[in-house]
This record gives sequence, structure tokens and C-alpha cells, in this order.
Amino acid sequence: MDAHAHAHEMPWIRRYIFSTDHKTIAIQFLLMSLFFLVVGGLLAMMMRWQLGFPSEPMPGGMLLPDEMMAPTPAGAIMLPEFYNSLVTMHGTIMIFFAIMPLLVGVFGNLLIPLQIGADDMAFPRLNMASFWMAFPAGLLMLASFAVEGGAAGAGWTSYAPLSASGEYTGVYLGQQLWLISLTILGFASLAGAVNYITTIINMRAPGMTWFRMPLATWALFITAILILLAIPILAGALIMLLFDQTIGTAFFLPASDGEPLLWQHLFWFFGHPEVYILILPAMGITSDVLANGARKPVFGYHAMVLAIVAIAFLSWIVWGHHMFQSGMNPMLGTTFMITTMVIAVPSAIKVFNWLGTIYKGNIHLHTPMLHALGFVSMFIIGGLSGVFMASTPVDVYIHDTYFIVAHLHYVLFGGSLFAIFAGITFWYPKMFGRLMNEKWGRIHFWLTMILYNIVFWPMHSIGIQGHMRRIYDPTQYEFLQPLQPINQFITMAAFALVAVQVIYALNFIISIWKGKKAGNNPWKANSLEWTVPSPPPHGNFELVPIVYRGPYEYSAPDVEEDYWLQDAPPPSETAAPALEPQPVAD
Amino acid sequence: MSWLLPDSYSTFGPDVDFLYYAILVVTGVVFVITEALLVYFVIRYRRRDGQKATYIHGSTKAEIIWTAVPFIAVLGLAFISIPSWNMMKNPDSVPADALDYIVNAKQFEWEITYAGADGVTGTADDISTINIMHVPVNQAVNITLRSEDVLHSFFLPEMRVKQDAVPGMDITVWFEATRAGAYPIGCAELCGNLHTTMGGTLNVYEAADFEAWVASQSADADDADDADDQEDQ
Amino acid sequence: MRDLFGCGRAMLMATAAVFATACGGGGGEAGGGMEQEAAGEEMASPVDMATAGGIHAMVMFEGMAPEMDAIDMASEPNCAARYTDTPMAEEVVVGGGGGLANVFVYVREGLDAGMSFPTPGGAVVMDQVGCRYVPRVVGVQAGQDLTFRNSDGLPHNINASPSENRGFNISQPVNMDTNRNFPLAEVMVPVRCDVHGWMSAYVGVLDHPFHGVTDMEGGADLGMLPPGDYVVEAWHERYGTQTASVTVTTGETAMVSFSFSEAMAANAVVPMGEPIDPHGPGAHTLAPEAH
Repeated sequence: MDAHAHAHEMPWIRRYIFSTDHKTIAIQFLLMSLFFLVVGGLLAMMMRWQLGFPSEPMPGGMLLPDEMMAPTPAGAIMLPEFYNSLVTMHGTIMIFFAIMPLLVGVFGNLLIPLQIGADDMAFPRLNMASFWMAFPAGLLMLASFAVEGGAAGAGWTSYAPLSASGEYTGVYLGQQLWLISLTILGFASLAGAVNYITTIINMRAPGMTWFRMPLATWALFITAILILLAIPILAGALIMLLFDQTIGTAFFLPASDGEPLLWQHLFWFFGHPEVYILILPAMGITSDVLANGARKPVFGYHAMVLAIVAIAFLSWIVWGHHMFQSGMNPMLGTTFMITTMVIAVPSAIKVFNWLGTIYKGNIHLHTPMLHALGFVSMFIIGGLSGVFMASTPVDVYIHDTYFIVAHLHYVLFGGSLFAIFAGITFWYPKMFGRLMNEKWGRIHFWLTMILYNIVFWPMHSIGIQGHMRRIYDPTQYEFLQPLQPINQFITMAAFALVAVQVIYALNFIISIWKGKKAGNNPWKANSLEWTVPSPPPHGNFELVPIVYRGPYEYSAPDVEEDYWLQDAPPPSETAAPALEPQPVAD
Repeated sequence: MSWLLPDSYSTFGPDVDFLYYAILVVTGVVFVITEALLVYFVIRYRRRDGQKATYIHGSTKAEIIWTAVPFIAVLGLAFISIPSWNMMKNPDSVPADALDYIVNAKQFEWEITYAGADGVTGTADDISTINIMHVPVNQAVNITLRSEDVLHSFFLPEMRVKQDAVPGMDITVWFEATRAGAYPIGCAELCGNLHTTMGGTLNVYEAADFEAWVASQSADADDADDADDQEDQ
Repeated sequence: MRDLFGCGRAMLMATAAVFATACGGGGGEAGGGMEQEAAGEEMASPVDMATAGGIHAMVMFEGMAPEMDAIDMASEPNCAARYTDTPMAEEVVVGGGGGLANVFVYVREGLDAGMSFPTPGGAVVMDQVGCRYVPRVVGVQAGQDLTFRNSDGLPHNINASPSENRGFNISQPVNMDTNRNFPLAEVMVPVRCDVHGWMSAYVGVLDHPFHGVTDMEGGADLGMLPPGDYVVEAWHERYGTQTASVTVTTGETAMVSFSFSEAMAANAVVPMGEPIDPHGPGAHTLAPEAH
């Protein structure tokens, strides 16, 4: 652990570019994934234009190359293959380069050492390598838009054989870059996961028992285990598909006795744990913020931990519910229906415990709290709509329709992204030393919440009317033409939804310099990250903190304030502490 | 903006629709209660300066209740779904008197072959059409679903039928329409750049009209065979 | 125009560094194509017109032309509505005078080694009208623009599956033109529309301009060549190929004639994706290409 000493003497490039400090790496991941969040959002806007106004010239479309937009006298019209690339890249970028690094890369790096009282990650250089694999992987993914044939166009799930041979799509290099980029990102994720797991197991401060860890860290720990187990499966599948594309193997090509369903099994065996990788950290963040906002202990802390573990376990035996209509044996469908229904139970436990947390609280509606409450209310919708798909006969009708699109956006946008907004706003002072603006934070929250629901709620409805997902021009189907006004309405609302995110972006940027100075503990929270300056110095803790209690001792009767720092010695022991704080060992 | 399903016109319709509405009611109740509690708690327990929140860590009784009740509810929903699922997807459930069809999917067409009166495909009385499927009403049809290139998904919204077509596999799909009329066929699985054009029409005829259609096709069956030959090249 | 990847414009979209790298790699081929064309305008044809002579091919059909099947356009009513008579398949088209149309005739061998030809600046147009390709068979020079035109106003895709060149699968949702080219010579490149199973076409790609497609009279002009002995091949999608030798003399138009009959269909070998080296000495001793 020589990295943290003499931080201020390090050259600029070591401090800000090739830094091994977990906090700097967290900020690097933050800037990277917010950039990709913006890119993914803009890709979605182009899709929405096409869906709202099919085959009408897209404003600004003339700026795009002929391989994406067809120039006509009236203006540039989106090509179907570009629409497919948008579908694919929006999903890929949002899942792998926005939500996943935001939750795991940003909060994992920022929170784990701080919340367990460690000076840094167990493997700081591996941590740096993780970012410096993830970022180029993202650039490679973006670069695929510029190659011959365009970017990958087989969906973020890249179902074979469509993805396995360029003959079916005209996309050769783009699909290969997609595979290579995700493989590199997979290594980045693995490096991060190994680091998180090692750090949490080995580097907890004295007194930081397993059940004194904040739920954010718990969730990140379980998530890291899921990543460690799931990503190798994805990487294996990606490499097999890459071989089918390039060196003539036929794992997934039926013409040479390959098996298309094998891809789906491999992909979803990774993919369903991945779904929980994208939501568990959000649940942890929400738990921390809700308890802080309600000034009350998390209701059923042990049940919350067990629910996370249960979800993680069950996530390995539900992948088949993505494949009910895929041609899998119907008997397996029944099995997966039952496991899928059961996984709703731990999610329900969490929702009820969150409600229990705010019950009889003293609720401070600060911006992070608003977003956390937004997460709970939207996750309820996303969770409940999942029950429809779990019922196999209902899934026959709604599978691959906009009902699914609505469902997954309620979980990933209404869920994960609201928790991310909560987490960024909550820990922003710990990263930058200043608070974001509250007034504009609330305005952003309410506009986002309202517009978000205007965009995605009607998608349930058009899905119920049979509107398939991933179709370039819904008006090609006569029976979908009456839904076109709703599609247009959604498109307009989606533009507004993206526009109001400018408020958050400006608030984020301006507050770095102009925000109110935060001090150590602006939210009067309990966990260890709030005992150190904002931002914490290199090495985090001056003395190794000693932990006396859990992280949610809000409004405890034993102390006057409504919060109680985890390292504050108990009143009876202030005179003679059982453990003497030790200087940080070099 | 409706949560009501469009009308269904197959024997699967009542089952699927009943399950959908049953889940809608159950989830709807949970939705209203949880969201109402959330809003109520936020208002009722909003910040009061100088006052502390009630110091509660949890309740084992509450945990047991809200573990057990959802568990029973979702398992109940799973079990009432099983019979319909078996009826829809289990090849053993196909009625013995079902008419045989082959639906061959390819980028971006549905090649639909009716086996004819002999019930055997590959014989002279086969009738092949592109993108248009002709079936009689109140008569089960047994489709062998195939694909010759990539994945497609055979979607008959009003019949509550959806099944992916997988190259290299023969998948059994069956349904029985309960009302004559013309209904859409869609492709529900992304299958390439013009996936969006892969639609078709399902014509459900009264028995007599179906016979008439078969007769009209048999009249120029020779032409149809020639057309097949040409396609094979 | 293979400036595709519109590197300049794509750069507006994202960080310049990334795209500069990507364009450097992926777009290199495209840039090469453009340079070739630019150079082509300056480079004069190596054929000395003062000494050149022409080749005219006549392709006749012997016997009764086979009856073509009707195309069932029921799945695309918008196209079906454009025909007053039932549209018929166009695999074999025989003119009133017995000429066989849509035969690709080209100089296969005999050009002087080292002779290379500028890429023509103009594009060859293959239109889609009434859900059919017009013309059904075209010849282009390697690198020359081939414009696929959608005049139907409904979605078509163009799926080309060459063997020597890289294939493409592009779509045209509305009335529009899309340009592509094939940098390598091969005979022939099959083209089809996946939305309308009956739509197919063929493109012959050569390193030289001495090729033509027969009209309804069965005639095709192969252009002006230096005097010498040449092997000319005629290619038909159903009846396969035939070759003939022809001697070109200054100021004369050498006639070469072929005749096909329905009997040839049974044993026909119809080359697809065969690389053509017009300078090659040997007759049909082409190195087999693994594909």
C-alpha cells in the first residue's frame, strides 16, 4: 500500500489520468458513464423520431452518412438497418456502458473502501486497469458506427444466427467490434469484481462486522459475486460467436449443425443475473438514502440482506423465462415459470421493508430522498408488470411487445436510474466537496418523474394492443396504425424528458465550482464515509476507524441528535474506549 | 391508453385473457395499496422539526407475513397458469382432427403450405401461399413451424399465438379460430433490416368458404407446383 | 461512391480521436476507391481508337421459348395493382425475332497483359419497378458505381451475395438511390430482394469495359478493342455459359454468335462468383478459389 502516500507530489497524470485512488477512479467511471448515458439517450431519441414519424425526414439527419440516412429531396430518412443499429446500440450502451458502470464502477469504487473503513481497494492497480479497459471498450463500441456496414444490428441480445453471420444483416465488422468491445468490458468488470470481493472480505475496519455494513456495500458485494460468476459465461459465449463470425466455427449456425438456442441459453444464463447486477446496487443505494431521509433505521436490515442474497441465488435459475416462446421444451417453461414467480417474493420483501422504513419516520424530502422514493414507486410498477410475463400463457401474447419495453424501462430507468440520481446527488459532496443545488435538483426530479411516466406508461398499453418491439415502421402493420397517435405522443414526451436532463447536467457541472461547501457530513448520515473530509484525502482515514454499531442508528434514543456515526464511541465508553484508534499503517 | 386486451378469436383467448385479467387485478391491488401507502407515509410522516423519528428496527411478524403472502399469491398465479400453458404449447394437446400446415419463415416472408385434404405435405394437393394463411373457423390447425435462415416469431395477436421459428427445428404450433374474418400475422423477433415488413394476413373462413377457397386453388394447382419448382432454384 | 462511412460527417457525432482511428482502418478501402475514380478521369483509355475494332454479339434462342410462370404478387398488393396483365417471371426472355435477352456477353481472355482500364465515371442503374429489377442483368467495371434505385416507394432490400467481393444487405424503405461498387472482378454476383421472393438480378463485374447485355433482339455491343484474338463468353442464368473465339481487326466489327436452347437447362453449369482474369493465357485453367 504505497500508493496513497505523498499523493500531492505525484505528477498530474498519475493523480487524474492513471490514478490508483479509488475515489478518482470512481469519478473517472462517473464521467465516462454519464457520457455514455447521454449518447444512449440520443440514440433513443433517433429511434423515437422514426417510431413517431416513420419515414419522415429526421431533423439534422443530413449530418449523418448515407449508410444511416437515405437522402431524399424532402430530407434524410432513417434506414431500417440504422434503426436496428440504434435498437442494438441503445440497449448495449445503456446497459453495459451507462447503468452498469454507474452502479458498479462509480458506487462500488467510491463507497466500498469508505463505507468499510479501508484506505483503498485491495488491488489499486487492478482497479485502475479496470477503468482503462472499460473506457477504450466503450470507444470501440462507438467506433463501430463508423465502419463498413454500420454498427451491430441484431439487438443487444444478439440472437444467433442473425448475429452469427453478416450475410443476414450486411453487418460484418460492426458485429465483431461489438463482440470484442463487450469481451474487453467483461475483463474490466471481472477485475472490478475480484477487487470488491477481496476488499470487503479482508479490509473491513475493526468492529465492521458483516451485519454492520451499509446495505449499499452489501448489495455491491453480492453484485460483485454475480459479476464474477456471470461474466465468464458471457465472455465465453461472445468468443464463440466471434469465432462463428470470423474463423468458420458453427456453434450457433444451424446450417452446419450449430444450435441457435444454445446462444440464448448462454446469453440469458449470464443475462438474468445481469438484470440483477443492474438493480441490486440500486436497491442498496436506495436503502441507505431512504433511512437517511426518513431519519430512521432501515426496517428489517437482516431481511434486506437475506433478500439480496435470495435474489442473487434465484437469479441463476430463472433465465428460461426469456425463452418461453423460443422453442424450448414447454415442460421447462413450467419450471421456469415457478422459479420466476418465486423471485418476485424477495423483491416484494424489499418493497415492504422500504415502506416500513419510512413508516413513522421524520421524512426530509431532500433531492436524493425524492429520487429514492421515486425508485421505490417505479420499481413497484416494474416489478408488478414482471408478473405478467412470468405467467407463461400471458407471456405468449405480450412477449416481444412494447409491454416488455415498458417493463424493462420501469426497472432500469424508473428503478436503476432514479437510484443513480439519488446516489450521485447524495454522494456528490463526498466526490467534489460541494452540494448540488437543491432547488434545481427538485425541479429536475419532478419534471423527470412526470415526463418519464408519460413516456413509458403508455407503452404498456400499446404493448397490450399487440405492438411488437424492434419494428422500424409500425405503420407497416395495418392493425398498429390506430396506435400511431400514441407513438407520436410518446415521442414528443421523450424529447421533453431528455431536454429536462439538461437541468441535471448543468446542476452537476456548475455545482463542482459553485455548489455550497459540504463539510464532512452534510446529510447527517451515519456510515464511515461521512466521518472524513469531503472529498476524503488520499488514504481516506487519518486513523483506522473503529466501528461500534450498524449504519442505520438514526433517531436512537441514547443520543441527542437523530444520527449516530458508526465510529462514535458509545456514551459509556467515551472515558475508556475498549479499542484505541490506531494510525493508518503504511 | 387502455389496459384492456383487444378481443380474441381463438380457443386460447378465454384462458389467456382470464389469466391476464386475474394478474391485472392482483397486481393492481398491490400497486394501489403500496403506492398509496408510500404517498400517505411521505405526507403523514413528513419532516417535523425538533422531533425524532420512531426508533424501530423491524418486526419479525411483519417480515413473515409479507414473505408468506406474496409467496402464496405468486405460486397461485403460477399454478393456475400451468393448464393453459400445456394446452397451448404441449404438442400432445393438438387435437387429432387438426388440419396440417407448414409455415416456413425466411427473410422476410412467411411461406405457408396447407397439406390439403390428404393431410400430408409434399403431395400434389398442397396449397402454398406467401404471407397469407387460409384456415377454416372452428377447426384446429396444426402448424409445423420452421425457419430457413434466422429466428423469426410467428405472431397471431387475435389468436393469442406466438412462437419463435428456429432454423434447424420443427416446432409444433396449433390454434383454433372461433370467428371468421381477416386477422394480422406479425413477426415478433428481430430478423434483419426489413423485419418490419414481415407481416401477413390470416384469413379465417366459414367451412363452406374454406372449401371454395381450396377448390379455387386446386384448379390451378399445376401452376402452383411450377412456381414451387422455380423457387427451389 | 464508397466514401461511406462518411468519416468526415461521422466525426461530428463523437470524439474525433476515436473516429479518426476508425476511419483510418475501416474507411481505407473507401478512400482508395475514390482515389481510383479521381485518377480514372485523368487516365486515358489504353485503346488506340485509330487501330481499334469492335465486337458485336448475337445470342439466339433455338426452339420454342419455355413458358414462364406467373408471379404471385398477392403478398404485395401495391405491386400487383401496377399490372394490368399478370406479371410473368423473367428467367428466360425471348424476343419476337428469336433473340435471347438478358445474356451477359464479355471478353473473357485475350487482352494484353499490363493493359488496365480507367474506371468509368458514370454509374450503371438497376431500378426496382413494380417489384422487379430493371434491368435484370447488368455489367459493370470493377470499382464502377452501381446505383440501385427504388422507384416503387415501398420497402425493398438489396441482398448481394458475391464470392470475391464483400456482400452487402441494404434496404430502401422509400424512393431512393443507393450506390455500391464491387472492387474485384467476378461473374456473376447474384442480387435478390428478401421482401419479394421473386425478385432476383445478376451483376457481372469485370476489370475492363468490354461487355454487354443482350437486348430483345439478342444483340450486344462489347465496345472497341485493340486488334487481336479474344475469347468471348456468353452467360445466361438458366442455360449456363458458352465461349467463342473472335478476331478483332482494325476498323471492323467482328460478329460473334451464340445459340441456346431449352435442352441446355438440364445440364447447365451456371457460374456464380467466378473470378475473371482477362489477361490470362490458359482457357479455363483458373485457380480454384476457396469459398
